[in-house]
Amino acid sequence: MAKEENGKEMASYKLKAGLAQMLKGGVIMDVVDADQAKIAEDAGAVAVMALERVPADIRADGGVARMSDPDMIEKIMAMVSIPVMAKVRIGHFVEAQILESIGIDYIDESEVLTPADEAHHVNKHKFKVPFVCGCLNLGEALRRINEGAAMIRTKGEAGTGDVVEAVRHARTVFGAIRQLQTMAEEEVYAYAKEIRAPYHLVNEVKELGRLPVVNFAAGGIATPADAALMMQLGVDGVFVGSGIFKSGDPASRAAAIVKATTHFNNPEILADVSRNLGEAMVGRQISSMSDDEKLADRGW
Amino acid sequence: MIVGVLAIQGDFGEHIKMLQGLGVETREVRLPEELENLDGLIIPGGESTTIGKLAKEYKMIEPLRKFGEEKAVWGTCAGAIFLSKDATRVKTGQPLLKLMDITIQRNAFGRQVNSFEVGLDVPALSAVSEENPPFDSVFIRAPLIESVDAEDVEILSSLEDGTIVAAKQGNLLATSFHPELNDDDRFHRLFLTMIKK
Repeated sequence: MAKEENGKEMASYKLKAGLAQMLKGGVIMDVVDADQAKIAEDAGAVAVMALERVPADIRADGGVARMSDPDMIEKIMAMVSIPVMAKVRIGHFVEAQILESIGIDYIDESEVLTPADEAHHVNKHKFKVPFVCGCLNLGEALRRINEGAAMIRTKGEAGTGDVVEAVRHARTVFGAIRQLQTMAEEEVYAYAKEIRAPYHLVNEVKELGRLPVVNFAAGGIATPADAALMMQLGVDGVFVGSGIFKSGDPASRAAAIVKATTHFNNPEILADVSRNLGEAMVGRQISSMSDDEKLADRGW
Repeated sequence: MIVGVLAIQGDFGEHIKMLQGLGVETREVRLPEELENLDGLIIPGGESTTIGKLAKEYKMIEPLRKFGEEKAVWGTCAGAIFLSKDATRVKTGQPLLKLMDITIQRNAFGRQVNSFEVGLDVPALSAVSEENPPFDSVFIRAPLIESVDAEDVEILSSLEDGTIVAAKQGNLLATSFHPELNDDDRFHRLFLTMIKK
């Protein structure tokens, strides 16, 4: 919903997707208070995600996970000069209205929180604030973009410290894009139907050879090597949730993951930044989890 | 001619695409030795705190300064902050290259909801385009140029209210917006003329 103000165009899709372009090659870190936000900014984070509990704690505590207290989010916004993001439940457009009213820079409509609507996501075109959404595969990414998402993240499995699902989802998306590029034009119609995605977006991906928006990885990244692995697979940047502040030495680990994301193709630097980081988060192996413990299946 | 793009963080890929579209050989620059034999350098948009911090840790500040004293450098948005001699509203201790005699204000227009697009008159672009229509300019959590602090700094464009958003000083160019996010390559062509001189 672009609108004019003194000859200026505000809130256009180009501006929403453009902010994500500026985050590329960077690390977005989950933080639960202003002190953590400061540590993240000092470590070189390009943005922080303000939330009351990191995914590992949401898992451990159980119960309904909701949008964070606006007061806590505002304290984080006051503490740092980098963009601040916050999460709303899938489909909870009122939580999104609240975050927009306090001036948040980006909204994550996230499967990490308990979904509020089992059929519909937020109509993101109606907001001035840009949205990032999770995906398991190309079809889900394009459904979210069609609803107005200006940035995509592959979901991974949040709060586990196990990178295997992040890898699976990134490979699934990039594999589908490569497959799409080899298709004959007439095959694209059936393929769009098969992956339940709008034809015009499927066709755009075929032409571009990539998603039309910035694509980060999330869910399970716990070490500098994990971050570099995702970058080498082809994502534009990484979200690190529980991996930093559930580790032994958050400041060092945060700085090391930032460096690894920039120098993802330089094994000597990766070796150097991987030294003496203390304990990584303990983590949970995804293969030991039952299906109903997995968050990534939320989203439609 | 090889033009480097500082690839520590940000939208360096968009600059590279734009340069390649103009038939220019490019190189991603993350470490000091990658500046060797370059004819010019672009510092992209991104988070200036992140770019400054990593540039410092990988000992890029002095090599970049030396490069900018001799060769053409263009900073867009975060890159313009990094180029400046002085900056306000930056993080305490945020390193600056101190190459260009401008004072820049970071996040000058507010948060993301205050980001905007506007058509700018840029007379200097007539050097690379006969018809010189307004340049569609994308301002994302953008900085502004508070003041130009030397006589040889040329103001290339301002908003209607007089806010300076593009300036040039010798071989240095600063824009607080993102020409790399457009299909319009006039600013990139202007920068190339600064290299050929």
